[in-house]
Formats: sequence, C-alpha cells, structure tokens
Amino acid sequence: MSDKAPKRRRTTMSRLKNSISRDQKALIGVIVIIVEVFAAVFAPFVMPHDPDSQEYKMLASPSFKHLLGTDEFGRDLFSRIIAGARVSLVVGISSVVLAIMVGVPLGLVSGYFGGWVDILLQRIVDLIWSFPNLIIAVGMMAVLGPGLLNVIIAISVAYVDDFARISRSEVLSIREEEYVIAIRALGSNSLRVLVRHVLPNSMAPIIVVGTVSISYAILAESTLSFLGLGVRITTPTWGIILNGAREFFTTSWWLGIFPGLAIMVTVLSINFVGDWMRDFLDVKVREV
Amino acid sequence: MKTYIAQRILYALVVMFLAATLVFFMLRAIPGDPVAAMLGAEATPQVVAQLRANLGLDKPFVIQYFYWLRNMAIAEMGVSIQNRQKVATLLVECLPRTLSIAFMALCISLLVSLPAGIISAVKRRSLADHSVTILAFIGLSMPNFWLGIMLILFLGVKLSWFPTIGYTPLSSGFAPWFKHIFLPSVAAGVPFAAVICRMTRSSLIEVLDELYIATARAKGLSEKVVVLKHALRNALIPIITVIGIAFSLLLVGVVVIEEVFAIQGMGRLLIRGIINRDFPVVQACILFIACTFVFANLFVDILYTIVNPKIRFESHER
Repeated sequence: MSDKAPKRRRTTMSRLKNSISRDQKALIGVIVIIVEVFAAVFAPFVMPHDPDSQEYKMLASPSFKHLLGTDEFGRDLFSRIIAGARVSLVVGISSVVLAIMVGVPLGLVSGYFGGWVDILLQRIVDLIWSFPNLIIAVGMMAVLGPGLLNVIIAISVAYVDDFARISRSEVLSIREEEYVIAIRALGSNSLRVLVRHVLPNSMAPIIVVGTVSISYAILAESTLSFLGLGVRITTPTWGIILNGAREFFTTSWWLGIFPGLAIMVTVLSINFVGDWMRDFLDVKVREV
Repeated sequence: MKTYIAQRILYALVVMFLAATLVFFMLRAIPGDPVAAMLGAEATPQVVAQLRANLGLDKPFVIQYFYWLRNMAIAEMGVSIQNRQKVATLLVECLPRTLSIAFMALCISLLVSLPAGIISAVKRRSLADHSVTILAFIGLSMPNFWLGIMLILFLGVKLSWFPTIGYTPLSSGFAPWFKHIFLPSVAAGVPFAAVICRMTRSSLIEVLDELYIATARAKGLSEKVVVLKHALRNALIPIITVIGIAFSLLLVGVVVIEEVFAIQGMGRLLIRGIINRDFPVVQACILFIACTFVFANLFVDILYTIVNPKIRFESHER
C-alpha cells in the first residue's frame, strides 16, 4: 500500500505535464499565473519603487527609471500594478473559495436530502440567480460600504448560486449510484456519505468552474473599483488606478493602457487554464 | 405548449416577487440607521424623522413589507433623496438611453458572433478558427469599461470618428443617435458576443458530427444548405439558452459602460445612487434590472418552445 501510493501520484503528474505541454494556450496561462503569483507574494522585493511614494516626476512617460511611467501623483505605475496584482489575486481567490465553502454544502444538502429542504434552498438559489452577478455585488457594496473584505463578501455572494447548482446536480446523479446505496445500506450516516463519498466525486466540475470564476471575480473587483464601489481609494488596485487616471488618458496613454492590460492578461491566462482543465478533467459545464 | 408557457410566466412572477422581497430586506440590512446613513451627519432630527416617515420606516416591519410590495406592484417607487424628483420619472428618463445601448449591443453582438462561430465550426482548426477562438477569449477577458476607454482613445479622440461622450435621442435623427451609441454598444456587447461565439462553435461542431448530417451530405446537398439549414437549426437550441443566460453579461456591460461614456442611463443612475446613498433610487434600479433579466429569460424560454419541437410536443402529453 505504502509503495503504491507515490507511484500512482507520479503517473497523474506525468499525465498532467503531458497534457498541459500539448496545450500551448494553457502552458502560456500557467507561466503567466506563476510569474504573477510570484510577483504578488514577493512584491516588496520585486517592486522597483515604493508604490505609495509621491516623490517622482508627475505623469512621466515610460523610461528606464519608471518602466511604465508615473501617475498623476508621481507614483511609479509599474510598482502600483504589482501592488494591484496582490489585491486582485487575493480578492479573486478568496471570494471564490468563500463562494465554494457556502455554495457547495448548500447544494450537497439540497440534492442529498431532497424534499422541502431542497425546495427552500433552491428558491434561495433561484433568487440569487435572478440578479446578474455584478448587480448583486453592486447591491451588496451599497449595503456594506467600501473595503477589501466587503468586496470579497459581495463577489462571493454573487457566485454562491453557481456552486450550489453544480454540486446539487452532481449529488443527484451520484446519489443513485450503487456504491452510495451500498454504503448507506451498511449504515453510514448522511454526513459521512456526503463528505467522504459524494463530495470527492463531484470535485471535478467544482474545480473547473471555480478556476474560471476566479477570472470573473478579478474582473468584478476591477469593475467595482473602477466605478468607485470597491476597495477604498487608497488601496492600489487595477480598477482604482484606472479610475483615478481617467482625466489623463488622452495625454498620458500609459495610465490607460497598462493597468487594463494587466487585468486582461491575468484574466485571459486563468481562462486558458480553466479551458484546459475542462478538457483534462473531462467536465461538461455550461459556458458563462 | 400553452401549459409550458403559463408555467414559465408564473415562475417569472414568483422570482420577481422574491427579488422584490430581497431588495426590501437590502435597505433594512444596512448596518445602523439607514436614514442617518442617507442624510449624513448634519441632518436635523426633524429631517430624519420626516424621511423615515416618507420611506415608511416608522411603521411595523410586516406592514412596511406589504406597503413595499404594493408600491412596487403599482410602480410607486418613492422620491429621490438627492434631487427630490420622483424615482419613476427618473427611470422613465433613463430608460430610452439604456434600452438603446442594450438593443444595439445585442444586434451588433449577434451579427458578429453568430457568423464568426459558424465559420469557426465549419472550418475547424483552420487559421480562421484559431483567430476567432483567440479573439473570443480576449473578448471574454477584457473588462468592458477598459474596452470603452480604449475605444474612446482610438476611435473617438485619435481618429475622431465618433463622439466620445453623451447621448442624442432617436427623435433628433438616426445618424446622431447611432453615432452616440455605437461605441458604448460595442464595448458593452463584446463579452456577450464572445460567449455566444464560443457556444455557436461548440454547439454546431457537435451537430455536424451527427449521422443525419452525413446523410444530408450523401444526398448531394451543398455544404451551405447542410450547415445553414440542417445543422444550424438544431445547433440553435443550446445557443438560445446561452443567449438567455449571457444576457446578464450584456445588461451589466451597459450599466458599467454608461459611466465611461457619461450617458445618464439606468446604470449611471444606479451607481450615482449608491455613491450618494440615495436608496429609493438604488432599490428601484436594482429591481428594474432584475426584472429585465427575468423577463428576457422568459422571452428566451418562449422562443425555445418555438425552436425546439421536443418541448412543444412533450407538454402536449402532460
């Protein structure tokens, strides 16, 4: 048993490597994400200047000293974009993790027990579904007020329904499988069946949708911040940088282009990886 | 089919009722006193009490709830705190702008994405297919407010092909109206177009692999007839479903893009409402957007019964 486990893991790893090296888009995506995560984690060492320091020339165009130029307060744009990557990745990942932590149990319980529990929970899910995702986030921000934690909560609420729906439909198909019926007949309690047997088997679509949702969460954060409904304006994020520089786009093109490119490249990379995962894990999920 | 449509209408009404309930609770969920939050610190106690009475917040909770439902049902949405105008009037003013952009965005998106998806599916793995796929990915990954900014910078400022801000009503001529809403519509429609394009491609590819297509080809039908008449009709069913789901992307796009192009539509009304803590306006806007989304999906459901004979006949049996 003990010598078998690592061997199995190795074959999965090699299968993974094999598959990703054949998909160029996914490979580029993975590399970009790794570079970005590295830059975000080690931001204090990677940033060439202090992102909040206002001591440089205002609205300087890109040069060797300031790779991407400076903003209207004389802050180094490249450093601010790296600082923004931190916020974006934190918001993207934690809001999706939060949505999974709430949505998946909801869906599992709803699908496994059925009956009135299912009806009640499904109406809640329908309710969230009846609002476009960003409108939920906007409405939540109206109630909660600005702040990083509030942005994470607001975005995660918007995605709870997606994960509840997916895990519910997975449970419905797994619940009737013979091995689950057998385990139940052997006297396992419901919680154990759900956590030990049903959940692991419904992981694949959750992982795929979760990955793609991170990209949408990052987009949502930048949109909220751009509209002035996101994090506090002192927090450097890509959306905030774009919002602050609005009046200077026509004269200082770098302020308009680079933060937007940062958002696009990040989201695109995650989408590439999500797309590859869908094929690799052989999951059929709806687009959007 | 009639029972099915009746069911869908009933369902849409239930969802609307639930949405109205949620928006009702939204105002009450604001930490602390919502009235104080709206008026700020300088408000006198009399003003606070008066606003509280206006909003019905001085009455018991249950009664507040029924008042709210009744008011929403008769479109009595209260008065804006910011400028004392009736919220209903504000909405009516904003609506043509938002609808113009949404409608134009829908048209442009479908005109571009459906043909692109079809070409991509028919010429699988060709250069055209790869380019369409990459473009669709990029479209899906671009924040639409940023795309709006880029369009303003290049087509508006640099080339001055289009006006960069504002709106002209349709009544003052088609050309000025179209020129003002073209860029916002493109910016708002791109993510939606990207989703529809990818769905068209995958749905059509699936259908093209089926045996009846091989039969149609074997009969000697031209490729054009096979694809556009035999395959597309079946491929259209999942595409229509996705149009319904992705409609929210378009709606959200319009809301955001109005801010970029400084067009005083629903979206701008909503965003400004939140920033100014003008809750009667915020409530009405959110409910209205949810309403539009639900009814767009109802429309898609009904369209579905027309395109998909399976539903048409199944519901007869019931």
